[in-house]
Amino acid sequence: MSIALTQTLSKISWLEPMIKAAQGENRSQNLSIIAKAIGIPLAGILVFLMIWHAAASSINTSLGKFPGPADVLIQSKTLISEHITEREKAAAFYQRQDERNARRLAQDPDYIVKIRDYTGKPTYVDQIGTSLITVLSGFLIASLIAIPLGIVIGLSADLYSAFNPVIQIFKPVSPLAWLPLVTMVVSAVYVSDDPLVAKSFVTSMITVMLCCLWPTVINTAVGVASISQDLKNVSQVLRLSWLTHVRKIVLPAAIPMMFTGLRLSLSIAWMVLIAAEMLAQNPGLGKFVWDEFQNGSSNSLGRIMVAVITIGLIGFALDRMMLLLQRMVSWDKSATLR
Amino acid sequence: MNPLLELTQVGIEFSTAKGSFRALQNVDLKINKGEYISLIGHSGCGKSTVLNIVAGLLQATEGGVVLKGKEVNEPGPERAVVFQNHSLLPWLSAYENVELAVKQVFRGKKSKAEMKAWIEHNLELVHMTHAMHKRPDEISGGMKQRVGIARALAMEPQVLLMDEPFGALDALTRAHLQDSLMDIQKALNNTVIMITHDVDEAVLLSDRIVMMTNGPAATIGEILDIDLERPRNRLQLADDPRYNHYRHQVLSFLYEKQRKTDDSQTAAQSSAPAEQTTIKENNETRAINTPAGQADAHGPEQEKLNTLKTA
Repeated sequence: MSIALTQTLSKISWLEPMIKAAQGENRSQNLSIIAKAIGIPLAGILVFLMIWHAAASSINTSLGKFPGPADVLIQSKTLISEHITEREKAAAFYQRQDERNARRLAQDPDYIVKIRDYTGKPTYVDQIGTSLITVLSGFLIASLIAIPLGIVIGLSADLYSAFNPVIQIFKPVSPLAWLPLVTMVVSAVYVSDDPLVAKSFVTSMITVMLCCLWPTVINTAVGVASISQDLKNVSQVLRLSWLTHVRKIVLPAAIPMMFTGLRLSLSIAWMVLIAAEMLAQNPGLGKFVWDEFQNGSSNSLGRIMVAVITIGLIGFALDRMMLLLQRMVSWDKSATLR
Repeated sequence: MNPLLELTQVGIEFSTAKGSFRALQNVDLKINKGEYISLIGHSGCGKSTVLNIVAGLLQATEGGVVLKGKEVNEPGPERAVVFQNHSLLPWLSAYENVELAVKQVFRGKKSKAEMKAWIEHNLELVHMTHAMHKRPDEISGGMKQRVGIARALAMEPQVLLMDEPFGALDALTRAHLQDSLMDIQKALNNTVIMITHDVDEAVLLSDRIVMMTNGPAATIGEILDIDLERPRNRLQLADDPRYNHYRHQVLSFLYEKQRKTDDSQTAAQSSAPAEQTTIKENNETRAINTPAGQADAHGPEQEKLNTLKTA
């Protein structure tokens, strides 16, 4: 298991020399590779920070100067300490509630214990969590629709021609155009006295789904359609059933293209989500940015900039996750993935 | 005795943008059980089309193919195909590639253990047991083709169809595989139709050589019976006057009677360079036949050597 893990990890290009150095393989050479691999990107980031700092101090807005790297650092610390304070408050609230309930039970054994949830405002970390859950559920539903659809239309040239115009028309539609329609439909259809999830969540999720369907559909279909005639002949000679044909031949052959589509879809989903949350008031990062903008305090721009960087980092992490998943699923371990 | 396989007045027309194109016409051929037939002809003469019609991958527009009294109109494992470029599924190991075929053909007829034994037996026939858990991209071209042959043999086909099975291999590997194939054929006595470009290969392996005229509207030109006793040894045959006589007959058919004229070359420009390489290949094979026969004694080492060379 540990060997397999090391092997998987060493496929990640920048980890490879570190693992080799740790294993004592050609130590000095690998260390210089590490210095290069980490040093050059680090220098790039430093130069960027310097330019940002210089540019920020010369931009004045009605809310003060544009936030530089230092402001962002301060604001991110504030956001984290706010989160910790809020968590402490919540813990204190539950402790008080437990003590009160215990006292009442002691006085009156028939007392039915009532437990109330803490209703503090969501912190920055909570909002990141909400955003992640929203984007992943939207992306998951989109994938569950897009992959089978892509396979079916990839298998038949006629179906492909039939679906293609519709796909091409819906592909470039902005989430902002979908949102009002989705909001109205969700309000009309999703009616419940005790809703499992908030309407704003459903609206954002569906908007995300509608926007990130298309790359997966198109890439899966192209992957399926470009399976070599030789492999199709093998399948025919073996008289594989439709299902076996899809499972044994179509799916493995289309996986590289499918993942290209899935990665495109996920990055679109993440971009769309922020806009959708702003307008749907789903309590995630998008709403955070919008609220800070409306708030207009001298800290707001700094806090929005923290969100901008968070969004970037999470987007990057999501893409890397998909890449790891592709490595695990794909048969072609030798193919370079980027 | 009724022939096992019968092609009657087979013809095919493809509809293209420029109108219909007749690739084959009036192909009549009767093949008995256990016969080894080679189809030879210039590039683009419709050899592969004949094979694909027998395989059921193409439908004849005229005439038909009858196997054991039943008309052929779709592909099936009783007419297993060894494809020119091996066509192994790249995501499955050699074992799994054969397994896919065996599971499909013997589902409900063999137990799990029997299937495993049968897969391993067939891989052993082609000397691939040492690498049976390797994937196609980890083995050499010759080894891939061996697995392709094992997959086809494992289906226990009534007719084994081979589409230039050794065409993409270097001369040494090819000679080695031809010898393996003769050993297997001696043991199993399959009915085989093989397409080839290689005159030596055709004479060495076949009971009959079917020579095809140039397309369009290609058909069977001549059929040559190869009356050489088996087992055949390429070293001894190299000096055998009968062998050289057969060789000469095929060569004279290809390069005198069916010589590609300038007209047909311009008509099928893409096939012209292929033709030249064919001639060259034949000379090479001829020159190399003797050393290859000696090298064969080394067995797997030779295979390794080839792997190294190609790598």
